[in-house]
Amino acid sequence: MATDTATASPRPARPSTWHDPRIRGIAYQILFVGIVAAFGAFLIHNTLVNLRRQNIASGFGFLDREAAFGIGESLIAYSPADTYARAFLVGLLNTLYVAGLGIVLATILGTMMGIARLSSNWLIRKLAQVYVETFRNIPLLLQLFFWWALLRESAPGPRQAWELLPGVLVSNRGVVFPVPVADPVHRWMLLAFVLGILAAVGVSRWSKRRQALTGAQFPMGWVGTGLVLGLPSVVFLAAGAPLQLDWPELKGFNFAGGNAVSPEFAALLIGLTVYTGSFIAEIVRAGILAVSWGQSEAASALGLKPGQRMRLIILPQALRVIIPPMTSEYLSLTKNSSLAVAIGYPDLVSIANTTMNQTGQAVEGIAMIMAVYLAISLVISLFMNLYNRAVALVER
Amino acid sequence: MIKKLWVLTLVGAMTALGGAARAGVTLDKVKAAGQISCGVPTGVAGFGAPDSQGRWAGFDVDICRALSAAIFGVADKVKYVPLTAQQRFTALQSGEVDLLSNNTTDTLQRDTELGLNFAPVVFYDGQGFLVPKKLGVKSAKELNGATICVQPGTTTELNLADYFRANKMEFKPVVIEKRDEVLSAFFSGRCDVYTNDSSALNADRLSQAPNPDDYVILPERISKEPLAPVVRHGDDQWDDIVRWVVYALIEAEEKGITSKNVDEKLKSDEPYIKRMLGVTPGMGKALGLDEKWAYNEIKLVGNYGEIFDRTLGKDTELKFERGLNNLWTHGGLMYAMPIR
Repeated sequence: MATDTATASPRPARPSTWHDPRIRGIAYQILFVGIVAAFGAFLIHNTLVNLRRQNIASGFGFLDREAAFGIGESLIAYSPADTYARAFLVGLLNTLYVAGLGIVLATILGTMMGIARLSSNWLIRKLAQVYVETFRNIPLLLQLFFWWALLRESAPGPRQAWELLPGVLVSNRGVVFPVPVADPVHRWMLLAFVLGILAAVGVSRWSKRRQALTGAQFPMGWVGTGLVLGLPSVVFLAAGAPLQLDWPELKGFNFAGGNAVSPEFAALLIGLTVYTGSFIAEIVRAGILAVSWGQSEAASALGLKPGQRMRLIILPQALRVIIPPMTSEYLSLTKNSSLAVAIGYPDLVSIANTTMNQTGQAVEGIAMIMAVYLAISLVISLFMNLYNRAVALVER
Repeated sequence: MIKKLWVLTLVGAMTALGGAARAGVTLDKVKAAGQISCGVPTGVAGFGAPDSQGRWAGFDVDICRALSAAIFGVADKVKYVPLTAQQRFTALQSGEVDLLSNNTTDTLQRDTELGLNFAPVVFYDGQGFLVPKKLGVKSAKELNGATICVQPGTTTELNLADYFRANKMEFKPVVIEKRDEVLSAFFSGRCDVYTNDSSALNADRLSQAPNPDDYVILPERISKEPLAPVVRHGDDQWDDIVRWVVYALIEAEEKGITSKNVDEKLKSDEPYIKRMLGVTPGMGKALGLDEKWAYNEIKLVGNYGEIFDRTLGKDTELKFERGLNNLWTHGGLMYAMPIR
């Protein structure tokens, strides 16, 4: 930092080497980095020496050993006979799963609430305010315990489960619902879905260019929906509609078949969404307020409806104020997902904790947790920065 | 969680910056501090929990008190550090506590890779299953497909997976760290089964269940759980002291020395008792303690049988049978090495 101001200052005559502020600045910075690096190296060395003297194993060799503990929820096949490395992967995927869904849902909820806080309707405005002030001001951990206890205590046992819809059962084991049995047609449907999205993006670009040139509008919403949903449906029907559902049924203690959402996962997702949503609502509100009122008036004068005004004029300008703090919210949501350990959802930290205790290698375990969260956070930052650049105002 | 990560990070920093553990260091440190820092459970009825006046009491706590009596001549020079199963080993390794008296199972991996030494076993336990009676289950073999509440970081978690694998059964673990939370999850019906050491199951059933009679412990014991106090590798003198303090408790019961009659036994003619109680000097010096070490612990805390009856056995609501924890002369496994 010192060099910035130093180089900016005028330099009438070239001073001697040591008195040259630029060289001195560089020297100080090298010295500082050197001290930090030396301290880091000292810490690592001392840790290794201490661990060795206390006869505590170190290194990452344990990752190849059999984990031998069970994991309640997993997106990939896992059994206690798998390795610690695979158990870590299960935890990582669980973390990404809940954080990814949480980010999407919190953004939707927060944006709606942020707009609602500026509504001209008194009731909507006040409800949004109560939501924000309540959930923003209660510690997340308490909220998680609250949601978890609510889901656990209010629902009946699996044998007396509530049947909401045929096959959709709610009990204190979570929500179970039927899922289609895997069929080769599904792969083609997925392909059709992706093609539909690509086609919709293409059509959207074309229609925007045409509108810019000729002013003619195009019913993009209907065509886009038709492409994205229609193409897979056509494939599905063309293949003879092979739909066979895997129904959940009570077998022994629990439901077998179908798919289940556990109370732990649901509590964590609801907690993260509602908590982070309240912060996002304030960010969105601030972003909208940052756009000058004249813009709204000008849009009205052009004859745009309130919805169009928000979508076409206000939000695009508000986004450049919204995106940077939003990035921080996404990062904190991801990191807050580690509170899962308190309510028994097997996220990365929960599994790393178990691993550390079985192997006793706390230093490696903590290092892995830190590295993973750092990597996730940097990736989120990267994408948000790219997006920020894309929505930034282009000065003409 | 964040707090715990901080604790772990701090402990990591202490490992990074800390000095060496050499023989004799722990006793010097304890004497300089004027108290023993003792890692105890975070609240298990009978083993270690604060009583109504906030004083720590229980079986594990009495081991710490016996050690304090042997070293300081008074039983209350102990700082109790409640530690979860996950925190305890790091706390011991880093020197935050001087020993663990924390229902810790003695296993090969802990003894070697974690750099720990186990004192003699003070309680022989085995892992069991607690289920609601209305489930109608009679044996652990019928638990296929069950959802099972378990605490992480214990041998319990591994034994559970081993047992179900060995019997070709499936289960769904719900892993929750805090004991209160895991119990409230089980008693609210989130899990079909709660698994832990059977002694802890019994204590939790009696002290935590809404109605203890609605729950039953299944007959199977799926593991051996020899629970023992733990010290660090590398300080043999401290290891010896903890070892012989435990042996003296057991030996006192075998020789019929209790807190009530220990003063009379000082006048005993038996050479063995004279040596043990310090009437004939030598044993205390060998340990680096006062010659009255064994006398003090028996006088102030009681012998093994008295501690057991007072905290877990017939004088308590828990009403544990002595079973394997009886003296070898009464068909149990408690057998102290000779004090000579």
